[in-house]
Amino acid sequence: MENGMMSVKRAQKIRQRHTWDDILFEVITKLLLIFFVVIVAYPIYFIIVASFSDPVYANNGSILLFPKGFTLMGYERVFEDERIWIGYLNTIIYTVSGTALGTAVVLLAGYAFSRKDLPGSGILMKLFIFTMYFSGGMIPLFLVVNEMGLVNTRWSVILLGCVSVYNIIIVRSFMANTISDELMDAATIDGCGNGMFFFKIVLPLSKAVIAVMVLYIAVSYWNGYFNAMIFLTDTDKYPLQLFLRQILLMATQSGSDLNLIQQDPELADQLATSAQLVKYGMIVIATAPIICLYPFVQKYFVKGVMIGSVKG
Amino acid sequence: MTFAEKRKKTLRLMKRNWLLYVFLLPAVLFIVLFKYGPMYGLQIAFQNYSITKGFSGSEWVGLKWFIKFFESPRFWVLLKNTLTLSLYSLVVGFPIPIILALVLNNVKGVKRKKFAQTITYMPHFISTVVLVGMISAFFSPSSGFVNTLLSYLGGSGDTYFMGDPSYFSHMYVWSGVWQEAGWGSIIYMAALAGVDPTLHEAAMIDGANKFKRIIHIDLPTIIPTIIIMLIMRCGSILGVGYEKVFLMQNDMNIAVSEVISTYVYKLGLINRQYSYSTAVGLFNNAINFTLLVIVNKAAKKISGSSLW
Repeated sequence: MENGMMSVKRAQKIRQRHTWDDILFEVITKLLLIFFVVIVAYPIYFIIVASFSDPVYANNGSILLFPKGFTLMGYERVFEDERIWIGYLNTIIYTVSGTALGTAVVLLAGYAFSRKDLPGSGILMKLFIFTMYFSGGMIPLFLVVNEMGLVNTRWSVILLGCVSVYNIIIVRSFMANTISDELMDAATIDGCGNGMFFFKIVLPLSKAVIAVMVLYIAVSYWNGYFNAMIFLTDTDKYPLQLFLRQILLMATQSGSDLNLIQQDPELADQLATSAQLVKYGMIVIATAPIICLYPFVQKYFVKGVMIGSVKG
Repeated sequence: MTFAEKRKKTLRLMKRNWLLYVFLLPAVLFIVLFKYGPMYGLQIAFQNYSITKGFSGSEWVGLKWFIKFFESPRFWVLLKNTLTLSLYSLVVGFPIPIILALVLNNVKGVKRKKFAQTITYMPHFISTVVLVGMISAFFSPSSGFVNTLLSYLGGSGDTYFMGDPSYFSHMYVWSGVWQEAGWGSIIYMAALAGVDPTLHEAAMIDGANKFKRIIHIDLPTIIPTIIIMLIMRCGSILGVGYEKVFLMQNDMNIAVSEVISTYVYKLGLINRQYSYSTAVGLFNNAINFTLLVIVNKAAKKISGSSLW
């Protein structure tokens, strides 16, 4: 009893001695955290504020925290641009069809790979995984797609983005851990075949991983531009990101702009600043759907990383 | 079990589970067509390929394209640019998510922690096009707020960050850190969740302060995860993605911003030199793959953690 008292007292003493260290530690981590959060959040916040502000203030640095000279001009100009509508429509087409197709393929394959009683699945998985680390490269892929007659069709964008081995591994790990052998045995005794078992029992138990897949694949379609840039030539098939690239990054000064700068520098300056406002508006319009949706489904994204990180 | 019995069992399983092979079929088709198909097409790196003659009709030229690439003055420039970006990204971009995870792990209060996570993961969902658009808007010499702020602090206020070659690697690497550090910390957070709390209690009684406990308890727990992530990063040391570099390129910074993958794209799809650019791409992939295998082997020997 006395011994116990002693050790408690000793522990208290030690704790007191280290209180100062811990307070210092607390202060440092708090400062670091605030630093990280502010650094990440501020550029996003600035874009939103600037998209509602008079471009003159946005550019001269006088809006740092709150909108100034409130205007919706940027958004009006964005919606007048028909490229935005075409791009949005195409991106929705690619995202919806690609996500539906990709999720289906990945779930079916992931389930088959999760079964331990499927001869040949081990070696097949190795062949799949090999493609994660070694690829034929851009040009041979282009030639294959060209050979199949898919260049400049919507199929090129939809098909090329739909399956990723990483996603198959996530589904496989999830199902291998969720669907027990006993469940399978019980269902088999009840006369449930593989097909019925998958659709009636496995899928309802896999809602979480289905959500993870839908979100992962949808985000990759929404944000992707490179496949579309390589394989599409008609602008009426362009996804939003390719139009954004034109508007945000390729707007160079044309000859008439240079003329204008010489004749009326003030007007040219005004045009340049309002173009900036349109860019801010455009960034918000293109990113808002994902950023607004994401906090509600964050746990699924995180879950995907967790399942994927389990080795094997 | 004899060999014959084993074969019989395998056949029985295959017959019973035939539907599962049907399940695999779409994925297998995809992998064969779009992954192994291009690998078969790699042979054009050793040919004088022309689209009209096809794979089988084109003449073989051996290592001609590889030799041409190694002897061209571009080779060293591309290699230097690629290595600069990837090593700089590795040195800066690798430790920051770990530090962030350790900081996040010590945040008290569920709500505050969740808020910090939501904010720091967010940039991961911004597309590359928008990210580069944001950079060029913020750092524009005529209308970006960064230059305006710098001029208040006594700077010249008209630095063309996106055009000046000396800023390119910094812009590329730090924007990458901004976008991916939060997302990269998730995997370490997961590993930290596995730390045994009784270890912390025991260490506390022994008089270890918080900082010491992080160094001696938290960090060792996540070492295997760190090693796996490091192997993956080393495997792509020449694999600087073209998506972002390509968008950040312009005529003024091209001397430092042309990397192997963007060169492959331009050479192949703009200039239509299919064989030459396939050879350059194959060189790149082969180096990456070899590095991955070597680093993985070394890691297995030294620490016991490995990819396979």
